[in-house]
Amino acid sequence: MLIITCPWCGARPEVEFRYGGEAHIARPADPSALTDQEWADFLYNRTNPKGLHAERWRHIHGCGRYFNALRDTVSDFFVTTYKAGEARPDVDASSGGSK
Amino acid sequence: MTNRFRTASGGRIDRAAPLSFRFDGQTFSGFKGDTLASALIANGVHLIGRSFKYHRPRGFLSAGSDEPNALVNVARDAARAAPNLRATQVELHEGLKAQSQNRWPSLSFDAGAVNDLASPFLPSGFYYKTFMWPAGAWKRFYEPKIRAMAGLGVAPELPDPDRYTQNHAHCDVLVVGAGPAGLAAALAAAESGARVILCDEQAELGGSLLSEVSATIEGRPAAEWLAATLASLAARDNVTLMPRTTAFGYFPHNLIALAERVTDHLATPGADLPRERLWQVRATEVVIAAGALERPLVFPENDRPGVLLADSARTYANRYGAKVGERAVIFTACDAGYRAALDLKAAGVSIAAIADLRTEVSGELPARALAAGIDVRPSTVLVGTKGRLRVSSAQLAKVKNGAVGPAETIACDSVLISGGFTPSVHLFSQSRGKLIWDGAAGAYLPGTSVERERSAGACRGVHGLQRVLEDGYAQGEAAALASRDHASPARGATPAPATPSRAIPASAEDLGSAGFIGATPHGRNPALAKAFVDWQNDVTSKDILLATREGMRSIEHVKRYTTTGMATDQGKTSNMNTLGIVSEALDTPVPKIGLTTFRPPFTPTTFGLFAGAARGDVFDPLRKTAIHDWAAEHGAAFEDVGNWKRAHYFPRAGAGGRMEDMHAAVARECKAVRASVGMFDASTLGKIEIVGPDAAEFMNRMYTNAWAKLEPGRLRYGVMLREDGFVMDDGVVGRMAADRFHVTTTTGGAPRVLAHMEDYLQTEWPDLDVWLTSTTEQWSVIAVQGPKAREVIAPLIEGIDLSKEAFPHMCVREGTILGVPTRLFSVSFTGELGFEINVPSAYGRAVWEAVYAAGERFGITPYGTETMHVLRAEKGYIIVGQETDGTATPDDANLGWAVGKAKKDFVGKRSLARDAMSAPDRRQLVGLKTTDPKIVLEEGAQIVTDPAAPVPVPMLGFVTSSYHSAVLGRSIALAMVKGGRARIGQKLMVPMPTHAIEVEVVEPVFYDPKGERLNG
Ligand SMILES: [Zn+2]
Repeated sequence: MLIITCPWCGARPEVEFRYGGEAHIARPADPSALTDQEWADFLYNRTNPKGLHAERWRHIHGCGRYFNALRDTVSDFFVTTYKAGEARPDVDASSGGSK
Repeated sequence: MTNRFRTASGGRIDRAAPLSFRFDGQTFSGFKGDTLASALIANGVHLIGRSFKYHRPRGFLSAGSDEPNALVNVARDAARAAPNLRATQVELHEGLKAQSQNRWPSLSFDAGAVNDLASPFLPSGFYYKTFMWPAGAWKRFYEPKIRAMAGLGVAPELPDPDRYTQNHAHCDVLVVGAGPAGLAAALAAAESGARVILCDEQAELGGSLLSEVSATIEGRPAAEWLAATLASLAARDNVTLMPRTTAFGYFPHNLIALAERVTDHLATPGADLPRERLWQVRATEVVIAAGALERPLVFPENDRPGVLLADSARTYANRYGAKVGERAVIFTACDAGYRAALDLKAAGVSIAAIADLRTEVSGELPARALAAGIDVRPSTVLVGTKGRLRVSSAQLAKVKNGAVGPAETIACDSVLISGGFTPSVHLFSQSRGKLIWDGAAGAYLPGTSVERERSAGACRGVHGLQRVLEDGYAQGEAAALASRDHASPARGATPAPATPSRAIPASAEDLGSAGFIGATPHGRNPALAKAFVDWQNDVTSKDILLATREGMRSIEHVKRYTTTGMATDQGKTSNMNTLGIVSEALDTPVPKIGLTTFRPPFTPTTFGLFAGAARGDVFDPLRKTAIHDWAAEHGAAFEDVGNWKRAHYFPRAGAGGRMEDMHAAVARECKAVRASVGMFDASTLGKIEIVGPDAAEFMNRMYTNAWAKLEPGRLRYGVMLREDGFVMDDGVVGRMAADRFHVTTTTGGAPRVLAHMEDYLQTEWPDLDVWLTSTTEQWSVIAVQGPKAREVIAPLIEGIDLSKEAFPHMCVREGTILGVPTRLFSVSFTGELGFEINVPSAYGRAVWEAVYAAGERFGITPYGTETMHVLRAEKGYIIVGQETDGTATPDDANLGWAVGKAKKDFVGKRSLARDAMSAPDRRQLVGLKTTDPKIVLEEGAQIVTDPAAPVPVPMLGFVTSSYHSAVLGRSIALAMVKGGRARIGQKLMVPMPTHAIEVEVVEPVFYDPKGERLNG
């Protein structure tokens, strides 16, 4: 079971959290201005990287907040977590592990 | 009763504490400290079971958790019975009752043994080849028969009366395995100040040291050193010793699952003790000191009772004072055979001969064997054994240049075999560490780590007692040091070879890393010689070769085709020999063939351990409304809706005292609501309070409807979409004030809807000033429905003008009922005049009872969910999740009117603008009327135009709701049908297995289509 560090509460076991999909995909300000293809990209297309993945988690059985995490999809280890709205930290996969 | 095969003295058993036990109904005696296996061996019993497939007689192969044969059922009583326990791990206690398995009628005469004669017809892959015809026969016939004949133990049929507990623990260093490496590691980590847990699957800590009679450590006999070390560890506050505790699973982020067996070894367990404890240990660092497993040699008839692993035979003699026989032949590919021979000879077993696979035999142990007068034969193999229920002779033959010479028969009652030792890399592999083939050691060894762990001692190929102790000490020190760094652990690193800060001088025989992998040559007709590789699943070398001939190349394919390594022992004794056989057959080096994955659990684990307290009533949370007990007292039948228990219907005693069935109860309840008044507990509806200056704006974005102009005091039916445009939830929403909404959701959808709202509020629109609060459990909701609804509640309500004019349909008012504050909704899910009384849950039952009393003069009828469903279907009201399936747009579900077309944006709006979302042939909600009004369609049934059309018959849609309507005197159904609205008036067919049912497509509103009854 993973240990995930909520930026608000600290390190907690995985069972307190729920996964929320890829991070940093903002809902377009005016969806009606988008072509069908652009809208489909927003809705469905995700990067699915091998390696570092920025993703949303929610501390559903804790503070209830959404936050973002960088997780290495190869090792399944978290490199860092940060608050929603903050920019993706500039780190690489080797720069740490779960705190 | 005699312990004829007990040594005169020695061993770790307590000879002053005799114990009586039963095996297959016969009484035996043993001693405290015995396992069931050692006690039976001391009594001369080797026949312990019948094999899985061929029902061949089997005896003990090993003395530990790797035992493949000796599976027994141990029962305290009919409920407390555990099948498939390894007799080598069952601790003896007074009165223990054990039974052999997989034999009928008895162990010595087993009718199933005919399978052995039929074995030419049961080759590997026979499951796939033989039993696939005719279709369906596998499930009906072959599988049950095979399961009955080829099997393991039988689970008890009574509920398990024992308790199992689940615990969490944290430590700096977890050491798995309390052999010399683990003890030294724990000692070093503890001396460094780390918090240490040391666990071991055995009753006694010590591992291989428990079988040592001549080794010394730091100038003392090993047993003395062990006792002193354990005493010093036990005395430390920072050390927890956990015997009888198997580390069975290694999970991410150093979560190790331990199974602690608490009471199985006790004759009369205290009632306060759980049978087992599951420990979830989160360790900063882990030291795996799992040791090594002795490998059998694969030669014909190597599975007879009396054929044992050599080092296990040595353990029986040295640790348990139990002699495996009177006269042993030894077949070895390494020095372990010699060490066993010398120790057994000292214990009083005569050694008939040592057959050594190796051409060159040199070194200290062989020299000592020769000096002891043992007949040592290099370049010699065993080509077979004889004996019915116990080995009676072994056939030895010289091998010269690969050719096997003539066999010589040597009488014996035991054959001790050793192919060397396989490092136990199970836990390391579970941790996802990478294994590396070490050609010199002839073994897979731990390579790059993924988790914060390191291996120590024999499990990483270190041999020789002193080197093992010092390796353990060094790894323990390194782990303790590393555990101080919580912040940036090194990952993906191969732990550096560590040097201990102190020497631990020890003297013992060093067996080196010699050994053999594969099947030994025998020169016999391969069709007639069964050389077992996997004892538990009855796989022979011939089966493996057949798999390679039939094209299997990867070890994963060989494994599945032959089932080798797939038994409950997961191939602990067989995996490496399988690799060796495949390697030779394909002329491919071992590392190129691959290695199967090691999976948890390391040894079989009880279901009780995983279930813990989560069984019976507390298996899953149960949700009850405040009105539940009233419903139960009034005879309601309940149904499960998610975790909720909801009143399904309220059967009454009819004429002659017979209780109504559901059909009769629902017909009565429906008629009562339409004719007079009914009441319904709607408390399970999800409720969310949405508050804040931007509440209306938030509602505008989350729901399809327009909210800005909804006045406080009004209700509106809201539809919620996912961003992909499909209906996600619905519910009635009350505007309580300019900045406050009382939102209801479907019963099952409440958590999902709140999470959906939170997602948008927190991550897309954090600028909106809105708070969301779940209030599902704060409110009891009492629906009063029917023409008399207003008259029923009027005398109870204060502070609200209930007149038609002041309080029309779809309004909310705040006042009191019986002095209790209420939010009163004028709303209907039945099509009748209706109210929903929201009161704080603490008053739910009191208000319900008052309404019931007030309604008595109108014959008020409590009704359940089934009547609610029928009434709403008569009106064509959908249920999200029943009419909709996640692919329905609002328009598909006849809810196009609820979409605020003028709104610039809401969740799902852009998706609705796609052409496909308004295609005319989408499935649309319609009603269906069967031509024969008595036929009630099956929900889920398919709808077609022509059931006789060529297969595949084009499917137009399916029935989503179907009921008998007592009020209408006929069946009704709702359905989603392609282009359904344009088909109104058409006849379609609903095909069933034996016939097709004709239906007419109609408008989905069956009752009061103009909605005139809503206003009373
Ligand atoms: Zn939190």
